[in-house]
Amino acid sequence: MNDMPSVTEIVAEVQERFGDRLDGVRVCRRDEIYFDAKMDLVAGFSAHLYKNWNARLVSLFADDVRASEKVFHLYYVYALDAASAFFILRVPVPADKPEFPSLANAIPAADLQEREIQDLFGLKLIGHPNPRRCALHDDWPDVHPLRKDFDLHTQLPPFQGERHKFREVEGEGVFQIPVGPVHAGIIEPGHFLFSVAGEPVLYLQMRLFYTHKGTEKLFETLPVTHGVRLAESISGDSSFAHATAFCHAIERAADMEVPPRARTLRSLCLELERLYNHIGDIGAIATDVAFVVANMHAMRLKERVLRVNEQLTGNRLLRGMACLGGVRYDWDAGQIKTLEKLATELGPDFDSLVELIENSSSTRDRLEDTGILKPKVALDLGVVGIAGRASGFDHDLRRDFPHAAYDRVKFRVPVYQAGDVKHRMQVRIDEVRESLSIIQQLVSDLPGGALRVEIGELPIGRTALGYVEGWRGEIYYWIRTAPGNRLARCKVKDPSLQNWPALSEAILGNIVPDFPVVNKSFNLSYSGTDR
Amino acid sequence: MFEILRKSLRTGIVTTSYPETPVEISKFARGRPEIDWHKWEDARPATAACPTGAISYQDTGERRIARLDLAKCTFCGLCAEADKNIRMTNVCECAARRRDDLVTEVTYSLKPDGRHERLVTTPASKKSHFNKTALLEPGYLDVLGRRIKTQVDSVLGRSLHIREVDAGSCNGCEIEIAGLGSPVYDLERFGIHFVASPRHADMLLVTGPVTRNMELALRKTYDAMPAPRLVVAVGACGCSGGIFGQNYATVGAVDAVLPVDVYIPGCPPNPHALLHGILVAIGRLAPAAKNSPL
Repeated sequence: MNDMPSVTEIVAEVQERFGDRLDGVRVCRRDEIYFDAKMDLVAGFSAHLYKNWNARLVSLFADDVRASEKVFHLYYVYALDAASAFFILRVPVPADKPEFPSLANAIPAADLQEREIQDLFGLKLIGHPNPRRCALHDDWPDVHPLRKDFDLHTQLPPFQGERHKFREVEGEGVFQIPVGPVHAGIIEPGHFLFSVAGEPVLYLQMRLFYTHKGTEKLFETLPVTHGVRLAESISGDSSFAHATAFCHAIERAADMEVPPRARTLRSLCLELERLYNHIGDIGAIATDVAFVVANMHAMRLKERVLRVNEQLTGNRLLRGMACLGGVRYDWDAGQIKTLEKLATELGPDFDSLVELIENSSSTRDRLEDTGILKPKVALDLGVVGIAGRASGFDHDLRRDFPHAAYDRVKFRVPVYQAGDVKHRMQVRIDEVRESLSIIQQLVSDLPGGALRVEIGELPIGRTALGYVEGWRGEIYYWIRTAPGNRLARCKVKDPSLQNWPALSEAILGNIVPDFPVVNKSFNLSYSGTDR
Repeated sequence: MFEILRKSLRTGIVTTSYPETPVEISKFARGRPEIDWHKWEDARPATAACPTGAISYQDTGERRIARLDLAKCTFCGLCAEADKNIRMTNVCECAARRRDDLVTEVTYSLKPDGRHERLVTTPASKKSHFNKTALLEPGYLDVLGRRIKTQVDSVLGRSLHIREVDAGSCNGCEIEIAGLGSPVYDLERFGIHFVASPRHADMLLVTGPVTRNMELALRKTYDAMPAPRLVVAVGACGCSGGIFGQNYATVGAVDAVLPVDVYIPGCPPNPHALLHGILVAIGRLAPAAKNSPL
């Protein structure tokens, strides 16, 4: 990592490579550099960053600035992990010719995001391998909600459009199993169509966005202080991570530093969120292969974390804790003791739970070699977070882009190559142990000082990228500010959106009864995807 | 096998039960807010601070009508930060049978500087489900559980089967509903089960603002249930649309689509609040059951 050139050197190299085909370069923050170019440069620019700088496309979105600049803007956000920087390419799309060429053939990771732009902004995709609707279902009228001339409260007529047509899968003995959107368990809605021959799955088609709630549009109508609460409601299991990523973006736009104590409390809450979700998932994976006893122990431990959350932040899901410029609640000695006690006592109990699962040969048999996501496929799809790390993805924003107080702690990022359910569980097991260690490190050296600083009046027209490594993976918020401490645009990128296509790959060749456990091993957020 | 048993035995009983393990609700927990209606002199700061419109006011001439709507409240506590006459309690059992029961409305006379004074009407006394102290009593949960079981037995003569539908939630409510099945709350000991099909269900537990994409699925699920059936709206979003409200993509509260028997506020409601809501719902079923061909 040390022989990676500095950000400045990379910027210089890119400028030299593309010369005057770049219309401008702006270093907004040390790790956030904007490049302006025309549409025809996108493919070459992407290829160059991918090939020479090991970049990966982490977010892709549009912004409607027709009122002031008569164009739409497309933003391509690349992470250069080794250099710890984000390169953001901005290209205009003329209002009178609303179309853009697809990158999905070269970078499959762009697939869903491009289609979402097509739906929500009405920019036609050129050359996309599967340009069908995703965010707005097929029966929706022809509207583009994220355009500025569309009102959030528009009452749409009853839907009468065409029903969704799935791709046909035919052959002797091939039949289809439709599942959802209302599922058998207590989970979120989505529709899966399995094409099977006998028991093995030949093909899996998914339809998401059942929980699309117009969230990004809603951000544009709220003052930023209320935006924090909305960010908490994007994916309940990542309430704190989402809210903190949102705050991070606003704080960067305002050029402000969060006090050290608040940064530490943020990291602690992020680890608590990681703990309860990972432990819950480990139990749920065990349940899906009929080892219910393990789940009962896991739920007991999870409940313990949730109660500590309540003790520390007033809410079991850590809601209400995040705020702009810091955190809302300080902890007294008693509360800190509660947290310390959790960090020391949870370890042994958790270890014996893991032992229980590892010693159960029938459980291992169901988990090993099930739902394999090959590292090559994961790389192509841009799979992030825990699912990625089980398939060779050696990245973690906590390590590569230290935020909150992660620069103050030592921890290991577990990475495996096997990519099966067992290893997606193993990543969680390792991370639980690392989390407990992180909590102990931070609590033993808790800085004093202020808890929050006032955000003040935000500069207008400022853009900023905020990020947090949530328990599921990396969460990005990109904002453009508007007058009156409001936002002109807020793009939310949950890791789930990036990882869904990987599920379709991982299930191939597996038997239908293994789908629940494969799905659980990814545990993607429908609401985070659909927004 | 031996290890499994050993761990279970070593863990012992973790289920809340009277009197060994009293229910623990943190004193730091945020439940429903309380407004000191008599001392309250300005509705504006709290209204501005509230992200969901749970606190609001309407000025007409010299009158101000101020409202606190628990169905919209996410218990975030921002109003209490903005106004010293509002305080957050840790009371979480707020379930009500009627939407109106969650709303408190008070009329004030408006002063020229925008503040208000002199209570013109007192807050209407509600048939309160808000039992402030019960939750703090030892063994409360178990007592509540037994009350539920008795009610279930008398009303349905069998166990209560619940089908849960996420009609657009953020999955926060799902975390807590799923938590009812943990050994700590162990819903099944009361004869209450979550079932996989609406055809087996007596009660529909619905979360989320109902999205346009889920509206049809929700209706179909309800239609598939046998009568008598109950609908419980869960969480601020289910009760009122919450922070999402009504927009191009959502139709808002569950009662915009289905007849709702009980509303359980919270964001999300914790397991106690959910248990409480289920009890209220079954109480609701009792009189209706006499006339229906059960």
